[in-house]
Amino acid sequence: MTPPQRKRRRPRPEHVPPPLPSTPPAAEGGGEEGDKKNPERLYVISGADGARAELDLVTLIVARAAAPPSVTPEQAALLRLCLAPLSVAELSAYLDLPFSAMTALITELITAELVQARAPIVRQALPDRSLLEAVMHGLQKL
Amino acid sequence: MDFKSSDTVPGPRTEDQLPHTAQAAVKIVIVGGFGVGKTTMVGSVSEIRPLTTEETMTQAGIGVDDNYGSESKTATTVAMDFGRISITDQLVLYLFGTPGQERFWFLWNGLFEGALGAVVLIDTRRLEVSFDVMGRLEERGVPFVVAVNSFPDGPRYPIEELRTALDLSPEIPIIECDARRRASSRDVLMTLMRFLHSLAMSGALT
Ligand SMILES: Nc1nc2c(ncn2[C@@H]2O[C@H](COP(=O)(O)OP(=O)(O)OP(=O)(O)O)[C@@H](O)[C@H]2O)c(=O)[nH]1
Ligand SMILES: [Mg+2]
Repeated sequence: MTPPQRKRRRPRPEHVPPPLPSTPPAAEGGGEEGDKKNPERLYVISGADGARAELDLVTLIVARAAAPPSVTPEQAALLRLCLAPLSVAELSAYLDLPFSAMTALITELITAELVQARAPIVRQALPDRSLLEAVMHGLQKL
Repeated sequence: MDFKSSDTVPGPRTEDQLPHTAQAAVKIVIVGGFGVGKTTMVGSVSEIRPLTTEETMTQAGIGVDDNYGSESKTATTVAMDFGRISITDQLVLYLFGTPGQERFWFLWNGLFEGALGAVVLIDTRRLEVSFDVMGRLEERGVPFVVAVNSFPDGPRYPIEELRTALDLSPEIPIIECDARRRASSRDVLMTLMRFLHSLAMSGALT
């Protein structure tokens, strides 16, 4: 029996990833201070108006302050969940909110400086070999 | 809004909490046609109980579709399972079991753009259900490996015959796996990482 036959495709130019200058490396400490100086830097990748927070599924969210009495129950629940870092995807799962609603809620809390966003490390034109090696090492321990 | 009080929202179990030192995450997508074993693979390697994130697709999104819910007047909910593996105290890996149809991918911002790479799962009984997703990854320049899920009643092709059928260049790894077994799924992820590393070494990653 012969298997069905596929035909390979070529990369489309619009999908070639642009270099991403603002991604902090994993090993870099002292993220807190950098964030305070320029809170936008970690989560805004681009955007025509510069106002929209580009939250990825795996952006890590951490509470930076206790919930003030003014927050909504939804916001309070989120702040409680991210006393330790938690990804946007996990927050969406635990709070049972669609991803888009989740990012809107988090964006409000970032603006209110109640949470901090830690940007993911994304695939880049110039890949970081030590990152790949770290992941391999971690998988080996599984 | 009907929302649970903050005391009743179940969060991660204590042992599932990430350390405060967690600085950044990376992600890998596990993709393939309907029923090829995506959920099974995410579940077998995840250190946490697999979770689900959902997104609602509106009428406009469904309209471009040919055979799925196009007659429906209501919004469609698309779900995606994911799992997690802690790599170091600073670094976390997330795995997303992603529906094969590209029309769902845009629902999650940056799902494929930022992924380190992808695992394409195939079922030899229905190879063609994963053809489209491979083409989409190629168009987007997302590096991937192919994992052949071993279903007992599936035809067994020699790897090189599969490579020809899938029109894959010689450097793209094709490996057999049993997505139900953690060690096997882990080996698939290792194969992807070694492949990405070799691309990095040769400077060929675009
Ligand atoms: N024999 C065998 N069965 C498998 C394997 N992986 C998955 N299965 C079974 O195949 C069925 C489908 O697996 P799922 O993990 O739900 O597949 P999926 O890709 O998530 O399916 P959809 O999300 O519905 O597209 C389940 O009954 C699994 O138990 C495998 O490696 N070997
Ligand atoms: Mg599934």
